Amino acid sequence: MLLGGVLVITRKNPVHSALALIVTLLAQASIYLMLYAPFVAGVQIILYAGGIMVLFLFVIMLVSIDRSVRERQFNSQWVVGMIAATALGGLLIAVYTKGTSIFPDRALSIVEGDNTQQVATMLYGQYMFAFEIASLLLLVAIIGAVVMAKKRI
Amino acid sequence: MESMLHITTLHYLVLGAALFLLGVIGVLTRRNVVIVLMSIELILNAVNLNLVAFSRLWGGVHGQVFAIFVITDAAAEAAVGLGILIAFFRNKETVNIDEVNLLKW
Repeated sequence: MLLGGVLVITRKNPVHSALALIVTLLAQASIYLMLYAPFVAGVQIILYAGGIMVLFLFVIMLVSIDRSVRERQFNSQWVVGMIAATALGGLLIAVYTKGTSIFPDRALSIVEGDNTQQVATMLYGQYMFAFEIASLLLLVAIIGAVVMAKKRI
Repeated sequence: MESMLHITTLHYLVLGAALFLLGVIGVLTRRNVVIVLMSIELILNAVNLNLVAFSRLWGGVHGQVFAIFVITDAAAEAAVGLGILIAFFRNKETVNIDEVNLLKW
């Protein structure tokens, strides 16, 4: 998964980056399965790898970038960017080496076979309001994307 | 197999942090706007991994429901971002973010 991530940010051709991102998303779905989250893994494969990445590939096709493949690929502030990313990496390493004692050694034992029902109960019960707001958000996003990509409004 | 390493929650969090770091490097250093948007998707995936790892730690599925909402949100934001990209490309015929400098002083 980390190799896929590295390939996303370093390839010259955006189609290669998109394919590496698909590989990363599929690897992440398998990690969700390790964490006993089969519903989230299914949603990830269908929505993310099967929807969003196809959208990305369509846009890469529309934005015809044969010219930009031959250009320079790292932007002009890459030194400052790498310094900021190193600072962030140092902060994360400091947090994770100081806090190793918080997490117990074993995960909880979970009754298997119940996860999708529990997610659905939560989603339609406790988080119903957020569910409706998410559908409204998707409607607004659809309208926004259609308006942004039209030739004449 | 005495010394087999147990995969604790911390391992998942470190993996999520590494993905987050890769996404941040991608956002800060690439010129191509499409790859910047893909790095933002990497960042969101790292956050999702943290959420689901914690949901496994504490039992209950709250973290997983939140992760589903984050995936939905990422879809909406990717759609709008790519729409903006197409509108921008129609005007300027390039996908380098170094050339988006009309507001620069």
